[in-house]
Amino acid sequence: MADREERRFAEVSRDSVKLMAESAGVDLGDDVAALLAEDVCYRLREATQSSSQFMRHAKRRKLTVEDFNRALRWSNVEAICGYGAQDGLPFRSVKEGELFFVEDRDVNLVELALATNIPKGCAETMVRVNVSYLDGKGNLEPQGAVPTAVQSLSDDLLKYYQQITRAILGEDPHLMKVALLDLQSNSKIAALLPYFVYVISGVKSVSHDLEQLNRLLHMVKSLVQNPYLYLGSYVRSLVSSVMYCILEPLAASINPLNDHWTLRDYAALLLSHIFWTHGDLVSGLYHQILLSLQKVLSDPVRPLCSHYGAVVGLHALGWKAVERVLFPHLPAYWANLQAVLDDYSVSNAQVKADGHKVYGAILVAVERLLKMKALSLSQPAEGATNAQSGSVMGAMGYRVSSPGLSPPPEPLSEAALGIASHLQAGGAGCPWEEWTPVPLPAMYCELYSFFGDSLAVRFSTGPGFGSYPPCTPSQLSDTRKEPSGPASNPDTTRKMPQLTANLNISPRQDGSPRTDPPPPSLAATGSGRTLARSSSVQRSRSSSSRSGQRSTGLVFTAVEKPLEEELRAEVEELRRFFLQENPCVEEGRLGKLLEKALSVHHSDVNVLNAEADERRYDFTSSLYFVIATLTTMGKTWCIKDIMHESLFFDLENNVI
Amino acid sequence: MAAVQSGVGDGVEEKDIKTEPPTDGFGNNANDGRVLSSSPGSSAPAASGKPAAGGTPEDQQTLLAVLQFLKKNKLTESVEILRREAGLPEDAQDAKGADSSGSGGAAGSVDLEGGDASALLSRVTVSSSAAAQAPTKVAAEDQPDVNVVLSAYSQQGDPALYEVYYSGLKRFIETVLDCHRAELSQVFYPLFVHMYLELVYNNHENEAKAFFEKFSGDQECYYEDDLRVLSSLTKKEHMRGNETLLDFRTSKFVLRISRDSYQLLKRHLQERQNNQIWNIIQEHLYIDIFDGMPRSKSQIDAMSGSLAGEAKREANKAKVYYGLLKEPEIELPLDDEDEEAENEEGKPKKKKPKKDSMGSKSKKQDPNAPSQNRIPLPELKDSDKLDKIMYMKEATKRIRLGTDNLPSICFYSFLNAYQGLTAVDFTDDSSLIAGGFADSTVRVWSVTPKKLRKVKSAADLNLIDKESDDVLERIMDEKTASESKILYGHSGPVYGISFSPDRNYLLSSSEDGTVRLWSLQTFTCLVGYKGHNYPVWDTQFSPYGYYFVSGGHDRVARLWATDHYQPLRMFSGHLADITCTRFHPNSNYVATGSSDRTIRLWDVLNGNCVRIFTGHKGPIHALAFSPNGKFLASGATDGRVLLWDIGHGLMVGELKGHADTVYSLRFSRDGELLASGSMDNTVRLWDAMKAFDDLETDDFTAATGHVHLQDNSQELLLGTYMTKSTPVIHLHFTRRNLLLAAGAYNP
Repeated sequence: MADREERRFAEVSRDSVKLMAESAGVDLGDDVAALLAEDVCYRLREATQSSSQFMRHAKRRKLTVEDFNRALRWSNVEAICGYGAQDGLPFRSVKEGELFFVEDRDVNLVELALATNIPKGCAETMVRVNVSYLDGKGNLEPQGAVPTAVQSLSDDLLKYYQQITRAILGEDPHLMKVALLDLQSNSKIAALLPYFVYVISGVKSVSHDLEQLNRLLHMVKSLVQNPYLYLGSYVRSLVSSVMYCILEPLAASINPLNDHWTLRDYAALLLSHIFWTHGDLVSGLYHQILLSLQKVLSDPVRPLCSHYGAVVGLHALGWKAVERVLFPHLPAYWANLQAVLDDYSVSNAQVKADGHKVYGAILVAVERLLKMKALSLSQPAEGATNAQSGSVMGAMGYRVSSPGLSPPPEPLSEAALGIASHLQAGGAGCPWEEWTPVPLPAMYCELYSFFGDSLAVRFSTGPGFGSYPPCTPSQLSDTRKEPSGPASNPDTTRKMPQLTANLNISPRQDGSPRTDPPPPSLAATGSGRTLARSSSVQRSRSSSSRSGQRSTGLVFTAVEKPLEEELRAEVEELRRFFLQENPCVEEGRLGKLLEKALSVHHSDVNVLNAEADERRYDFTSSLYFVIATLTTMGKTWCIKDIMHESLFFDLENNVI
Repeated sequence: MAAVQSGVGDGVEEKDIKTEPPTDGFGNNANDGRVLSSSPGSSAPAASGKPAAGGTPEDQQTLLAVLQFLKKNKLTESVEILRREAGLPEDAQDAKGADSSGSGGAAGSVDLEGGDASALLSRVTVSSSAAAQAPTKVAAEDQPDVNVVLSAYSQQGDPALYEVYYSGLKRFIETVLDCHRAELSQVFYPLFVHMYLELVYNNHENEAKAFFEKFSGDQECYYEDDLRVLSSLTKKEHMRGNETLLDFRTSKFVLRISRDSYQLLKRHLQERQNNQIWNIIQEHLYIDIFDGMPRSKSQIDAMSGSLAGEAKREANKAKVYYGLLKEPEIELPLDDEDEEAENEEGKPKKKKPKKDSMGSKSKKQDPNAPSQNRIPLPELKDSDKLDKIMYMKEATKRIRLGTDNLPSICFYSFLNAYQGLTAVDFTDDSSLIAGGFADSTVRVWSVTPKKLRKVKSAADLNLIDKESDDVLERIMDEKTASESKILYGHSGPVYGISFSPDRNYLLSSSEDGTVRLWSLQTFTCLVGYKGHNYPVWDTQFSPYGYYFVSGGHDRVARLWATDHYQPLRMFSGHLADITCTRFHPNSNYVATGSSDRTIRLWDVLNGNCVRIFTGHKGPIHALAFSPNGKFLASGATDGRVLLWDIGHGLMVGELKGHADTVYSLRFSRDGELLASGSMDNTVRLWDAMKAFDDLETDDFTAATGHVHLQDNSQELLLGTYMTKSTPVIHLHFTRRNLLLAAGAYNP
């Protein structure tokens, strides 16, 4: 009859009542016990019900012992003590007696009193505010970010913080090195992150002191490199500090003796490093950076050192950034710069020197732009170019981030390759959309008009001449591949007028003057090879449509490099031309050019060693895409640094 | 003694029944009952020459019962006095007794069991089956006690028949026309509860359980909580201390039913001679009959759900002056120029016209506003005027909010609040935040760089130069400057907290039954207001300061003035705890929300209840008046926010979206938006403008109180903003319309 009731409420059984009575020394009859049991149940329910209002008013979801005690107290019943602990009390049973009890251990007060590790009181209650929603839009900064920021710091952490900051900002260079090293590897400093970020944001107050700025930047680098830190939205703050060093007319730069240029270079390096390793933490970061760089660049009032910063910043962000921002602004900017450079008055000497700095920076940037663009066209797979853009940072930045893990939103990529296409989404809706790529030759023409022969000269000598010793076959092959671009470039650049003439004849195959990268014939060659090589590659190719064809080229390059250097070079040369193809390419001269290019290539391997960094970079990024394509997965892969090489070699061995 | 009495009683009773005329008891009784209810005096026209002697028959009977009680205890003097004062003739009780026995069940509704052998029993069991069982019943409840007299559950039927009656009615209502069914279904719940209680009261425990089992499932889901309480109650002894029951017995459940439906029900009950049910309807239900179309199910559901049914229509007819008071004109120049002169010389002239224009805007007297001195309000002090000027300045910089211009939200997280954050308040200028905690403390933080300082001690104060210009600065003790201050004094969790408008005082209400007033100059407790002897759930300062209201577990809201240690007004009427209290912007009214699921609006002037709003299905935990004073928003544990038109006394909107208790509500400064914060860790923004603009209250709706609510919550919802694991327990719009939210982070 009362089945449902029993299910709904906890019942105290008659036996329990009897047992309790016995323990109190009272002997109860059955009927009395039954009545009592029922009454106890009712009272318990009543108390529970009234205790729930204490819970409601305390704005909690959990009914606590305290609530229940209050209810008891208000109904004039003695409260039950000893159950107020936050964590649950273990409830045990004695098998023989069907007894249940709460475990209640003895507490040795003496021990407790004399204990040395007296627990600290809980942290002070405090109020912290954060802007959760700006203008009612978007979840800009999830409120969850706060607690980490205000986690109570233990004394040890506080001490650590003081020591580290003192060491880094102090005089002793050795100590600084140690501190930075620790900052880079310490796994327990997450709680201090906001404090360090705050310290770093102090760049604005020490803009007169190059040394301090440098130290702070090193601190940024250490934090960024620490694998145990999740920077989260602090990336933004770090980036703004770094950007400050790059762009602002620092007080230190008033004195021409101060080498603030190096600082800017270093900061730019750091910027791209942050961007490549942590760019995925904050959406739209890339565009924000680009926009602010662009703003500085297009602002003629800014001093030249700011412009320099903008240029090196763009350069550090990769050739695409250069192409996107610097190149379109160049004509306008050029006039200003030229004016400075042409002013030979004595008073202008310092400014002119600065102007030359900027000039040099632009030159380096556009040269790489040309080179990389040429290369990207010769290597149509987007992934490769994608990753290449950060290549300057290769040494420090690239290795940390696996290219697949954090491919930054790269709206510039033209191909609809599976993986690349989702990256493009990041760029959608940005003000860059209307931007259309300038074909390489046109670009080159324009740049040539600015720089004249200096462009070519720079090309042939290369910045870091022959510093990189080629060793492993794969690297060698890489370098082989690379030279093709620059190798032909000097050629073309030197004979600029001729080239234009040559290109006039070009539309031999496509007929269209558009830059349509993969000439059918080439694709055929490439795919033919691949077919012979591996079925898996083929599968990947066939799964992707036109862009898949492009990717085969890449797969092909990555996989077959060691074996087919010669042919590859040839093919690449060819392709490069088609990609460069310009209405003014002359068909008859193509062969000649090719030959020439080949010969240059052979003799020229060392010349381009300077770009070893890029090579490696390029290499790994190709690797990523090979893997991704082979597995025909659209997912991003988490490849750890260490695995790069081994994976690649495995792959290579398996496939070939 | 009891045995003897019962023996006598039984004898008399049996005789009575025998002497009853041989007419059909049922029809007769039903008729009489109706007559009785319609005109109080007519039930005993022959018996006494003064039909109006006791007012309503119930009153008269109660008096008689008291008389009997007194007589039994040999308090003859008191008997005489009472009789004289009530104007009852010597023979009234006898006559009454005779009459009631004649008129059957209707009069029998009140237990008039007399201890005196001479007293005639007024209780008559009508059905023959009941009569057969009568002796035992009488024996069981033979306790001549006023309590029992008032309890009114003595009437008896065969417990086995309760189910039959109930299911008979159920069958009937299920077969009536659709248009009547919804209305008549309202009867189920109160009937069910009363029948169950009757069974319990008369010790039919098993039958009661069976009855509950069988029919509890039919009740509307929003009565679930009450049913749970009810189901745990199976013994008469338990009924005594149970509040829910007291509510049911002392108040009539109000139903609104159209005349047609009512006639239908009446006819049915008469035909079936279903006396048991009819009696309950007569005694415990108040049926508010209206002419016109029966209401639809949704209309009924919108308004029902409270502990005692809907509000009577008359309850919401009183005129409410919901307009705002005229803002006092502030001739700022003096203070203003002083202040401005510090900044810049030329400025004051520029600014003046602006302020004048603002002043003139508020000069227009709102026709709905109460007169300026309807209740005495404190004089404006100089510092208040300064604050008003600040307010106006800020107001000019206010952002106009709208659907496409939503406010930014700042979240104030209370961290390390392990002791349990129970209440939060901001000052109007958003410079201070206070938290009430379960560990009995109140903590105040400054959220501006300005630190909190105490006034120096008396000895030190003597030393300072009182003539200096910066005396106000000098009295502060720099050594005590800190970001936060802790106020100790309560001995229980602090459930309510409120800053005074001038930021000099802080009120806190606690479980310990007191409301405390703290000085924010010295950070000490100034007064402990004792009056509620039970937990005080909420308190709030009047928008003009000086007055404050508090409400708590004792079901009474109290109006206080800070300089009186006793309350000025007591607002009683709620049937359960008062969970939240709010002042109307014009300070003339107070709104209280309660666990009985109603909201009441009280007139501060005379303490009358001028509005009763029903419709919530759970205890109400948040209230907010719109800045123009016309509307009220309320939030409850059911996660719904309801909007009310105060002037018409109607529900005008329902905002569904929250998944848990709504603990805070706040209108933006210009009333365009309503922000709601909930236990479900979200802040939601609602388009209040649209909700109120779409409204067209025709006279018919206003007159009948029938609301048609469109379900447009989704259209009105402008945004949902998640916090991370932080229930939103307070919301506040700054003077510039930035939304501040607060809650304790619970990892």
